[in-house]
Amino acid sequence: MKGIWWKFLSIILLVYAVIAGFTVDVPDTNIGQTMRNVFYHVGMWFAMLAILTRSFIASIKTLNKSKLEDDIDAEQSARVGIMFGILGIVTGMIWASFTWGKPWANDPHLNGAAVSLMIYFAYFILRSSIDDEHKKARISAVYNIFAFVLLVVLVGVMPRLSENTLHPGSKDGNPAFGDMDSTMRYVFYPALVGWMLLSLWIGQIKVTLRKLEFFNENKDLR
Amino acid sequence: MLVKEIKLLLIKDLKLELKQSYTINSILLYAFSTVFISYLSLNGTIDAGTWNALFWIILLFTSINAVVKSFVQESPARHLYYYTLTSPQAVILSKIIYNSLLMLIITTLSFAFYLFYLENHVANWGLYLVTLIAGSLGFASLLTMVSAISSRSNNNFGLMAILSFPIILPMLMTIIKVSKMALIGGNYSASAWNYIGVLALLNLIVIIMAYLLFPYLWRD
Repeated sequence: MKGIWWKFLSIILLVYAVIAGFTVDVPDTNIGQTMRNVFYHVGMWFAMLAILTRSFIASIKTLNKSKLEDDIDAEQSARVGIMFGILGIVTGMIWASFTWGKPWANDPHLNGAAVSLMIYFAYFILRSSIDDEHKKARISAVYNIFAFVLLVVLVGVMPRLSENTLHPGSKDGNPAFGDMDSTMRYVFYPALVGWMLLSLWIGQIKVTLRKLEFFNENKDLR
Repeated sequence: MLVKEIKLLLIKDLKLELKQSYTINSILLYAFSTVFISYLSLNGTIDAGTWNALFWIILLFTSINAVVKSFVQESPARHLYYYTLTSPQAVILSKIIYNSLLMLIITTLSFAFYLFYLENHVANWGLYLVTLIAGSLGFASLLTMVSAISSRSNNNFGLMAILSFPIILPMLMTIIKVSKMALIGGNYSASAWNYIGVLALLNLIVIIMAYLLFPYLWRD
């Protein structure tokens, strides 16, 4: 049972988020019931950042210990991060075509999202261009660390600097939590934690799977 | 010790440059041709916002072309030789300083070409020149680090562009925002100087990261 409690927590929180997300009263604003999307769309970004943070930490470990296991961790976590990033963009585009009339608006948040995907696609292209396994692990870890720090600057600082964002709440601190009333917050924060735990869980499964495959491939060499 | 090593490596780079001198000449010709093509295809009628964006895009491509050679123009064997002589931090810092000097020259001359062919839209010269300096220094340090990464892969030039575009964006967006304020009809406000501070901070972050990470790129 040790180390499994957070998986149950993730299931409980997400079941709660899905049920409560569709039944809780939302304030009467001009975007109507689509406001419920905030429980799922914003969660994708938090899940992405959580798993990318894991990838970042794994890259630091790669440089410190130069073990290929840590590199597998970084790579698979980045893959899961890309998946959540694409889900975040898709849920956002569906929402945006209703609220703003078009799927893509010129907004710092959207541009930040596109750039973060570009960074991680570039990361995979860099990986595929180096043959030697250990060299690949080291060089891509350096890029991952370098890019993640600049990504944090991009998604964390830039939207707060710009005056003309379409996302709510940018004037008063945090851009993600706009005009929500207190009942919505009871669903919103548990949903965020649930999504973040889910992404870490998927990441853990992918990492374990790849490590086993790697072990099988190299069994004869040991 | 570090300062002395940086100084010697910098002098080595400058001497190499003066001896070959094709790097800076080819880059200047590149910048001139791009500006001239823009001049011919735009027929002299563009608004201030486009004028500004076009200049920074030209400068971005020019600087990628200038910096991409940093780590490949000398043979791997000679890098191995430097490895026995100096610390990796001295190598990356000397390259950043050298590329910053190179970028300052390139930016000045490209901007001069640009002003000559595509008329002037700048109102607040002080702010625009400070942005030019902060921008070219920022480009230089970030692109130096990316060129160090991409020089270790099999496809140096192609990777340089795709690795650097996404991560240079925070810098580029800040630069375009602040330089717009310095144009004729741009809303200048005192907050422009905060953006210059953001640029300087970004540059500092990049240099610190380069200092910490380059030793891992270096060894084989």
